Amino acid sequence: MNYRTQAYGSIAFVERNFALVRRYIGWEAVFISYNVVNALAIGLIGARIGKEMVVYLVVGAMVWGFLSILFHEISESIAWERWEGTIEYTFMAPISRFIHLIGNCLWAVVYGVIRSILILAIVVLFFGISIKGANLPGLFVILVVSGLSFVGLGLVAAVLPLLSTEKGAYATHILEAALLLISGVYYEIDVLPVWIRPLSYASPATYTLRAMRAALLDGAGFDQLMPTILLLLATGLLLVPLGMLVFNKAEYYAKKKGKLKRSG
Amino acid sequence: MEAVKCEGLIKMFGKNGRKISAIDRISFSVNKNEIFGIVGPNGSGKSTLIRILSTLLIPDGGSAQVFGNDVVREYGKVRRVINRVSVDAAFFKGISAWENLRYAARLYGMKKGDAKERSTAILAKLGFAEKRMYEPLEDLSRGMQQKVAIARAFFTAPMLLLLDEPTTGLDPRSKRDVQEYIRESMRREGSDLTIILTTHDMKEAEALCDRVAIIIGGRFVAVGSPAELLAQYKKPNLEDVFLELTGQEWMEVEDEL
Repeated sequence: MNYRTQAYGSIAFVERNFALVRRYIGWEAVFISYNVVNALAIGLIGARIGKEMVVYLVVGAMVWGFLSILFHEISESIAWERWEGTIEYTFMAPISRFIHLIGNCLWAVVYGVIRSILILAIVVLFFGISIKGANLPGLFVILVVSGLSFVGLGLVAAVLPLLSTEKGAYATHILEAALLLISGVYYEIDVLPVWIRPLSYASPATYTLRAMRAALLDGAGFDQLMPTILLLLATGLLLVPLGMLVFNKAEYYAKKKGKLKRSG
Repeated sequence: MEAVKCEGLIKMFGKNGRKISAIDRISFSVNKNEIFGIVGPNGSGKSTLIRILSTLLIPDGGSAQVFGNDVVREYGKVRRVINRVSVDAAFFKGISAWENLRYAARLYGMKKGDAKERSTAILAKLGFAEKRMYEPLEDLSRGMQQKVAIARAFFTAPMLLLLDEPTTGLDPRSKRDVQEYIRESMRREGSDLTIILTTHDMKEAEALCDRVAIIIGGRFVAVGSPAELLAQYKKPNLEDVFLELTGQEWMEVEDEL
C-alpha cells in the first residue's frame, strides 16, 4: 500500500470507534452527564468565593476531562482490542503501526474536543459566565497543542495493556491519577509538598491549565500565550515519537513472548 | 518459488520458570495453489505455527518465508499477501458484521464499495442473509460469526490464507458450507490461492487437503498426501494413521480438548 492508501486507512479507526460510540450511545449519555455534573459540582465549590474562582475550577474540570479522554481513548483502544481478540487482526494487517496509532489518536482528539466544547457550553450557561473578554481562539489552540503531549503520554500508556490487559489497565489508571495530583488541576502547584513539585513541572497538563486559565480569565493574547504554546508543541513533538518508539519496542517484546493472544 | 518455506523453525515459551518447546525444529514447504493441512491435538503447535506465518510471533530459531519474504525481516511484504481465520471469531461484537468488515477493508486499503460487493457475495455463498450483516455480531450464532470471519479473510483476496481450525464448533450445515466455499475458491479459474489449514477433524483434512502434516509436541511426525499416508501406514483412514503414530486414539485426543 502506498502512503496515501495507508493514510486513508487511518479512517478505519475513526469509523470503528464512531460505530462503537453509536452502539453504546446510552453509556455515552451517562458519561457526558457525569462529566457535566462533575464540572458543575466542582464549579459550585468556588461559588461563594466569586465568579473568577468558579471559572478557575471549571477550567480545571474541563481540561482534565479533555486530557483524560485522550489518554483513555488511546490506551484503552489497545486494551479493548485485546479483550475482543481483534488485536491480532489489526497487527497483521498491512497498515503501518504509525498509521494505526495515529488513527486512534485522531479519533481521540476529535471526540475529546467535541465533548469538551459541549461541556463548556453547558457550564457557561449554568453559571452565566461571560466569555466576552476571553481569548477563545487561543483556548482552542492550547487545547489542540496540549492534546499532542497527551497523545504521546497515551501511546506510552497504551504499552501497558499491550503487555498485560488487566494489570495494564490498573497501571494506566494509576498513571492518570498521578497526573491529576501533580498537575494543578484544581489548585496552584505551589500548595503541593516541595518534593512533588519537580514532577508538576514535568507534566504538560500543568502548562496547559495555566495557559487555559490565562486565556479564559485574563484574556491573554497570543503574544503572552506563545511561550507556553511553543513549550507544549515541543513537548508533544518529543513525546509522540517517544511514545511510538516505546510502543514499537513493546510490540516486538509481545511478539517474542506470545502476548498478543486474546485476553478476556 | 514455494508459497511457504520453513527451515529449522523453533519457538519456545516460558512457563513456571521452564522453557517449553512449542515448535521444535520444523522444516517444510508448501507449494503454490496447494491446500496444506496440519492436524494435531490442542497444544501441539498448530496455532503457534500459524501465528509465526501471520507475523504475530517471532520465532526463536530457524526461518519462515512467505513467497520468498522472511516473516520477521520483511513482515510488511508478508502482510500484504496473507490473511487468517482463527478458531475464535474475533470481532468487535457490539457492532455489526458490515461495520467490522468495513473496518478490515480499510486496513487492507480496499474501497468501501468493493468491500461491500465482495463480502456480500462471499456471505451469500456461505448461506448468510445480507440483511443480517447489519445486526450486532453479538446477536449472531457462533456459526454465523465464523462465516463473517471467513468473509473477512477471503475478501482481501490473499495469496496465502491461514485457516486455523475454521470449522471447529460449527454445526454440520455451516461446516459443509465453509468446506464447500474453500473447495470452490481453489477451483476458481486463475486462482493463485494457497491455503494452510489446521484442523482437529481428520475427515476434513482428508477431504480438503492436497498434503497433510501430523504435528505432535511441536514436531511434524508425518507429512504426505492423504493417499500417501494411508498407503505408507497401510491404514484405511487418517485417524488410524494418527493412532499408529502416537499410540493414542484420535477420539481420546478430542476428548481432552
